Formats: sequence, structure tokens, C-alpha cells
Amino acid sequence: MSRYTPEEKVKLARHPERPGTADFIEALFTDFFEQRGDRLCREDGSILGGIARFHGRPVTVIGHRKGKNLEENLTCNFGMPGPEGYRKAQRLMKQAEKFGRPVITFVDTPGAYPGKEAEERGQGEAIAQCLALMSALEVPVISIVTGEGGSGGALALAVANRVLMLEHAVYSVLSPEGFASILWKDAARSGEACAVMKLTAQDLRRGSIVQGVLREPEEGAQTDWQATFRTIDAALGKELAALDKLKGPALARQRYEMFRAMGQGLPPAGKEDV
Amino acid sequence: MNRLFSKRRDRLLTYQAMREGRIASSKRTACPACGAESANRDWERNVQVCPQCGYHSPVGAYYRLAALLDPGSFQELEEKLEPADPLEFPGYPEKLEDLEEETGLRDAAVAALGSVGMHKAVFVVLDSRFLMGSMGTAVGEKVTRAAEYATKRKLPLIIFSASGGARMQEGIFSLMQMAKTAAAIQRFQSRGGLYISCLTHPTTGGVTASFASLGDIMLAEPGALIGFAGPRVIEQTIGETLPEGFQRSEYLLEHGFLDRIVSRDQWRPVLIQLLGLHEGGKRS
Repeated sequence: MSRYTPEEKVKLARHPERPGTADFIEALFTDFFEQRGDRLCREDGSILGGIARFHGRPVTVIGHRKGKNLEENLTCNFGMPGPEGYRKAQRLMKQAEKFGRPVITFVDTPGAYPGKEAEERGQGEAIAQCLALMSALEVPVISIVTGEGGSGGALALAVANRVLMLEHAVYSVLSPEGFASILWKDAARSGEACAVMKLTAQDLRRGSIVQGVLREPEEGAQTDWQATFRTIDAALGKELAALDKLKGPALARQRYEMFRAMGQGLPPAGKEDV
Repeated sequence: MNRLFSKRRDRLLTYQAMREGRIASSKRTACPACGAESANRDWERNVQVCPQCGYHSPVGAYYRLAALLDPGSFQELEEKLEPADPLEFPGYPEKLEDLEEETGLRDAAVAALGSVGMHKAVFVVLDSRFLMGSMGTAVGEKVTRAAEYATKRKLPLIIFSASGGARMQEGIFSLMQMAKTAAAIQRFQSRGGLYISCLTHPTTGGVTASFASLGDIMLAEPGALIGFAGPRVIEQTIGETLPEGFQRSEYLLEHGFLDRIVSRDQWRPVLIQLLGLHEGGKRS
């Protein structure tokens, strides 16, 4: 059994000192060139993306960005993208496919932003298009849920050939607060929600929602960034090498079939995978 | 099991009979929108649209199919698909059983092969009486199988959405249905398939953010609430009251997300026109 309860894991996943997408890009990639804007309306800082090299090889890297201080939090809208962010992500992924670059995404968001302008500009449509586009990309796609995988806003960047999760990251249909308020009309019962939602990396591995769990330092990723970077670096290298064996159409097929099979439920509780 | 199927068939036949005016009801029902009372017979004749103000009252999946399809063309698909309880969520199986008893539905979606104006197509209709039409694994699987069936048979796909979004009781497995259905639609469309998405009240959350927004043609019934986040959540987030008509069909049309608003009595002629315009499929 894991030493943390699901509720404690939610706290760890949201820890403000946990490394974020900008940190992963800086540590794991070289030659990063940031690409901004959706070419339709505006730049959305809550999604960071561009071209970079992973061990010398050009890749497209995209992730949610929350920001590290109040000023950054505000420009990044606390990691809650609007449709512009998802349309920027689509633009970057289409280019990745055009130039034959693998796509690597880092997932860490409370969810897509529930705002007036976001609705006006088609938040639902932007997420739907991301899902459809990613599902058919003919390049390798690897996603790592590094913190909070909140709802459709997280999934929009996680339709990958391999979805990996850091040990204490969480991934769920809605935030535990939102879940409790929908089902029990009481957001304060979020602790209870954590217990029934099966949102931990271990539960999701068991349910075949994610394909791998990446070990974190004892007290969580925030206590030892370098160790976390080494783990992710090794996992990315290994997964990329495996996916390189598949040609474009086979990559799209593998991804389709993997998500196609989801919905059969969790097998009975067994040994931990981590 | 057989008893349930025949119960559903009876219901369908009753609707058809009502539609053809063979059953007369003397009762009257008040419109929840304008308050005016109309004879049930007139509500029926008007396919559950208020004869006074045009309010589109929600209708069930079988009812909608009966009103839409050519008589005798209805052939249910994937009728045996059952809901699952992947999280072993407390009280959920009992809830599903109660709803099945109450509505005659196994879950919130019905898929069918049928025709409108002799044009054959695959239909999926969501039913908001079943846990707000929310998408769990059964709804996701049914939409996906319908899209795959339409791909294989080279038939157009027409989906009527009515959904509160992802089904909370099935947690992450519900979320994954968004990816699964969007992928199936993408695959269908990339092989030249025509997908007409018809949005009805309400279409929100994970359904809006997946298959419902991906139509080659996007249509909606008048006054339907359509959006990603619910109005209450948005008001709490931004701390202001939303303007009248926000996230309604008319508002979406104005903002460029719909091709057309279709009142309930116009679905048949509009779909017949569209299916006719796409007949013969892609020129290679």
C-alpha cells in the first residue's frame, strides 16, 4: 500500500513547490524555442509549448503552466487554459506531425477555465478538437501527468501512446471539490470524494488508464527536483525508443486501440505496481 | 430481459400511434416556460413543443426516434449493451436499476439504424431522463460502436445530444469516453463519413467537449443550453451574473459555433436536405 492516502496525494499533487512544465523543459531539453499564440485570437500563457531537443533529437513539447508566484500565476491563469491554449496546442501538434517530431506533453491543471470568454470562444469545441487531433497523430505521443490531471482540460493534452504518471500525481474526471459538489451538493466533502474517485496513479495503473507510474522521492517531487528529472528523463528515453519501432499509421492505431479499450473497469485490488 | 424489450417496443408503438393521431387524450398540460395550458393532444401533435410559446420540452430517445424516422425503418443497434460500475461506486447499481425500471432504458443512449426520407443513416440519441444523459462507459461505448458501424457500412452518422456531461459515478472511466468517442468520430470523418451533430437541451461538459462539438454540420434546437462549464460554475468563478441567453443556441449561432437552429418540427426536412446533399459520398 502507498504511504499516502488519496487525499494526501491530492495535496502533494498541488504542492506549490512541485516542479512544473517550465522546470521540466529547462532540465530535460536543450535548444528550447517557445511557440506562442493560436493565430486566431490571443496567446494563452497557461499552456507552454514549443520545439526543443531531447538528447539531441527535435521534439515538440507542450504542457500546462501554473506559474511559481502570484504574478506568474495570474499570467498563467493558475494553469487553467482557455480555448486559445488548446488551439495553440493543436497548432503545435499539427506542426510536429508535419515535421515528424514526437510530441511530449506534461499535464498539470486544475481543469479548463470556466469563464465567460472561454465559453464564448468555444471551450468545448477547442478541447474536442484537441482530442480528435491527438487521437490520429502519426508521430509518437507521450504524456506525463506530473501534478493535477483535472478533467477534460487535462485529457485534452493526454491522448498519447503512453500516458505516464508521477507517483503522487492525481488524474480525475473532476476536482474532488467539484465531484463532491455535484454528487452531494457539498464541496466540503472533497476528502470523501478523494476516497471513492480512484484518482491516484496506482489506481489508474491498475485500471489501465495509465501505462506507467514514475517513482518520486520519499516525500514527494518537491523535495528533490533532480531525482525527479532523472526519473522522467529515463522514462521518456525508454518509451521513445519503444515507440520508434512503430511507423506513423501503427502509432495512430495503437493509440486508438488503447483508448478504445478503456471502460472495462478496475480489476480486483492487487499488489502495488510501484 | 425480454419483458423489458417488449415494454420498450410497446412504448415506441404508443408514441407512433400518438403521432399519427390515433390516440386522443383529453388532458391538458401547462407549459413550464409560458404557463399557458394546452391539450395533451396538441402537445403531441407539436412533438412536445408548446403550442403557445414554442418552448421545446425535453423528449426521450425513443420518442425522438419515432418522431424522426420513416415509419417502419427503426432498427435498434447495440440494444444489449449494459452499463458498468467500474469504480464500484456506493449505491450506483441500485440507481441504474431504478432508472431502467422508470424509463425503460438500459442507459442514457439509444442507437439505431433507420432512414429519413428514404436516406439510410446511423442514429444515436441521448436521453436526459437517465442521470441527465451523462456519459459513462455505456454511453461512450454506444457512441463509439455506432461510429464504427457507420464507418464500416459507409453510412452517415446523426447524433442527438442531451447531456450534463461526464458521469461522476464512473469517475476517470467516464472521462476516457471523451477521448474514445472523439477518436471514433475522427476516424469516421477521415474516411469520408458525414457526421451531423444535433444539440438539444442541455448539452454540456464532457459531451460538449468531445463528440457533440465535432459535427461536419452543427445544428441545435431553439433555446438549448450548450456549453462546457455550467452557468452556475461560471458565475461562481467570475463573480458576476451571466447575461440573459448566455450559452443558449441563439448565442452559439451568433458566436459561430452552429450552422443553424432547427425547431423540432423541422428536423426531418433539414436532415433530408443535408443527407441528399451528401449522397454519393466523396468523389475520388
